[in-house]
Amino acid sequence: MLYRLLFLLIVVYLISAAVWVVRAGIVRDGNPNDLLNVACDPTRELWRELNANFQEHREQRTGKRPSIRQSHGGSSSQARAVIDGLDGDVVTLAMFPDTDAIRKAGLIAPNWQAQLPNRSLPFVSTIVFVVRKENPKNIRDWCDLARPDIATITPNPKTSGNGKWSFLALWGAVTQRGGSDDDAIEYVRKVYSQTPVLDTSARASTMTFAQKKIGDVHLTWENEAHLEVQEAGGALEIVYPPISVLAEPHVAVVDRVVDRKGTRATAEAYLKYLYTEEAQEIIASHHYRPTNADVAARTAGLFPKIELFPITKLAKDWGEIQERFFAEGAIYDRISGSGVKR
Amino acid sequence: MSTLNRRVLPGFGLGLSTTILYLSLLVLLPLAACLWKAAELSPAEFWAAVWTPRAVAAYKLTFVASLLAALVNVVVGSIVGWTLVRYDFPFKRLIDALVDVPFALPTAVAGLVYASLYVSDGWLGQFLTPLGIQGAYSRFGIVLVLIFTGFPFVVRTIQPVLEDLDAETEEAAANLGADRWQTFTRVILPTIIPPALTGFTLAFARAIGEYGSVVFISSNKQFETEIAPMLIFARLEAYEYREAAAVASVLLGFSFLMLIFINVLERWSQRHEN
Amino acid sequence: MRIDAEFVGAASVSDRSNTPSLADARGSVRSRTDPAWVRYSLIGFTVGTVALLILVPLISVFAQAFSKGMLAYWKSLADDSDTMHSMFLTLMVAPLAVAINTVFGIAAAYSIARFRFPGRAILTTLIDLPFSVSPVVAGLIFVLLFGLQSTAGTWLKAHGYQIIFAPPGLVLATAFVTFPFVARELIPVMESQGADEEIAARSMGANGWQMFWRITVPNIKWGLIYGVILCNARAMGEFGAIFVVSGRIGGATDTMPLRVEKLIQEYNQQAAFAVASVLTLLSLITLLLKVVVERKLRAEKTRPGD
Repeated sequence: MLYRLLFLLIVVYLISAAVWVVRAGIVRDGNPNDLLNVACDPTRELWRELNANFQEHREQRTGKRPSIRQSHGGSSSQARAVIDGLDGDVVTLAMFPDTDAIRKAGLIAPNWQAQLPNRSLPFVSTIVFVVRKENPKNIRDWCDLARPDIATITPNPKTSGNGKWSFLALWGAVTQRGGSDDDAIEYVRKVYSQTPVLDTSARASTMTFAQKKIGDVHLTWENEAHLEVQEAGGALEIVYPPISVLAEPHVAVVDRVVDRKGTRATAEAYLKYLYTEEAQEIIASHHYRPTNADVAARTAGLFPKIELFPITKLAKDWGEIQERFFAEGAIYDRISGSGVKR
Repeated sequence: MSTLNRRVLPGFGLGLSTTILYLSLLVLLPLAACLWKAAELSPAEFWAAVWTPRAVAAYKLTFVASLLAALVNVVVGSIVGWTLVRYDFPFKRLIDALVDVPFALPTAVAGLVYASLYVSDGWLGQFLTPLGIQGAYSRFGIVLVLIFTGFPFVVRTIQPVLEDLDAETEEAAANLGADRWQTFTRVILPTIIPPALTGFTLAFARAIGEYGSVVFISSNKQFETEIAPMLIFARLEAYEYREAAAVASVLLGFSFLMLIFINVLERWSQRHEN
Repeated sequence: MRIDAEFVGAASVSDRSNTPSLADARGSVRSRTDPAWVRYSLIGFTVGTVALLILVPLISVFAQAFSKGMLAYWKSLADDSDTMHSMFLTLMVAPLAVAINTVFGIAAAYSIARFRFPGRAILTTLIDLPFSVSPVVAGLIFVLLFGLQSTAGTWLKAHGYQIIFAPPGLVLATAFVTFPFVARELIPVMESQGADEEIAARSMGANGWQMFWRITVPNIKWGLIYGVILCNARAMGEFGAIFVVSGRIGGATDTMPLRVEKLIQEYNQQAAFAVASVLTLLSLITLLLKVVVERKLRAEKTRPGD
């Protein structure tokens, strides 16, 4: 008798689980207030705070409290995931080509950059160095990375926004200071041959450098560097090189998804919210460089002076950058193929 | 018996067709999809995808680390199995039950806790650092965690065989003048070699496929601590599906061979007993 | 005696069929025939190895989980909605995968143990296949099959259904990885029991389903439970395959092992260990159940039905 009851309970449980799982696969036009933000890797802490504030903000305006879920990963990997069916309502990736790839796949309307102020850039950033306490190897500038005794940690340019920005920073560090293209190729070849681990995303690289204690210098986002140093409790420090690349992480609404799910209003409000003073202050507090001029002026103390060059100094536009550096068989493929055993 | 059974017992058709259907849908079809995808590459591209220096280093590491771990498990497992069968000591039941923990513990937890224990300031790692051994995030760490996951295999294959060993055989050998060591090498050892071998192969096969625990404790350095499944994952993240499928096919081919080998070994072991 | 991969414990149990007193007598005879120093060093080695390899890590999991106190432990589990969801998801996905594999396992064991047919050996080998496949490969094949790169995936998406990056994909990947457990456990049990009782039932006029529910299932019940327990343990702990098919959407497709990894990446070691401790507790319960069931299983194999 008892067994039969137990059996029945188990069957009921399994049937409900089955129903739940099967229904969970339905691509539903769910709640118009539920958003999925498909983001690049190191922005986890930023979005946590922004999301909580946006929920308050939105509830005050409309009386409804939106719910926002996050997915994080290497920027290019995330872009492909969206193209492959990951139902992001907004994408907040690390660089233009990733977001534009989603446009090319027909999921984002053309001219998306113009939909939001400042070419859809609520904040910008750059690539800086993180080194061990007291900088024992005395790493101050880009040329130091080519020294044979220096192991660099940076993610894989094929999967991570951080990875691509690091590459462009390395390249620009040579060409912006008078070096020729050949000098630059030799330089990046050297540096990548001294990169022991190429993680798939920014946070994974941080783990490799900070937790697994591999490498002498870590090339990462400015904000990630600050977080990393803070969490390390004194074991690491930031070094700002004199020059670096201006990293522009665009944000966009995924038109095809929001139109299907009916979340357009919430999604657009979400991205517009990022430009409010309140949001810009939060952004600055996480060490992302705000694009709102007033807030930028007020928080200038958080951001050391560094000469930032935009990618337009390296090539005509992103199309050329992709083709020259990151496409199949392009410069990165050529130099990394010569990865040698350490 | 079969024809008799089929006439008497119902359900052969239903049972067999369910089995084959489910097997095909869940196992054979997806595996075929993988091979199909890999086949999209030309032979030259396929070779280029699976035989880069980095890939070869990964195969080598996977193979050697698994082999080492399985060897350690054979030695250690045999001793533990012997002790559990032959001797009595306090907490024996507890120790016996604990042997099965690696079967039940999630691989991610195993990798996580081993990494935290053997890191240079961890509970156990702090003793290794003065010796110059880097515990976590090194090849040592990988082998260690593979020893953990494969530990129960040899113990559990040896125990039943040792239990079945007739006391009379040993006593007879002793009566005939053999000393303890001779009894051991001539009577006992030959009986435990087949199950030890089976246990070794099982532990080896398991270690080759192991991912969850290794990924937490490895530093994933190319050419040094990158295991083969990591290669597939890296390709997957870069959306190089065909190349990922190619490396996966190589691993699948190897797994299949191991499987056949294990089955042959089991059959030989059974015949050897009877 | 059939030696099964992954749960050789079953095999060991099937042959520990000696009555206790005889085993003790044997044990004590033998323990007198090995010199004391051999005995003590081997015992010491055994205890030391198990302690170092298994006990210390187990203790460490709980030590680190509680490193910030009981309250922090509770909060890190109950206050974090993503963690709660991951536990819910694990409790949805794992039992479902186990259930599917159980149904299959019974069907396979019945066909293989009771009948002989051409291709029987091949079928048995094929059932073992998922054991030797790496979890990452297991995840990859489902992405290839149901991702938007494939015809199946595009068709489903066009009709409003999604498998990859959603719970159904998680169930499939888990079911694949734990596929052989129940079947391989039941086959030796059913083989050693023989078909006599079932044939007898049929000859007394029982139809197929009556025979199945009244005779077959009760006879194999402990073997079944044993296989289910092991299958479930593996299903709950699966990491690699799920990592590949899930899309890593926090609060939607993160199971507990994935949650552990995410927490580590977010600098929250204590919370990661808290979730790990829940998983560890579940696995220890699994072991306890296993020990209890083993004893019953022993009886079932030597005396079919009671």
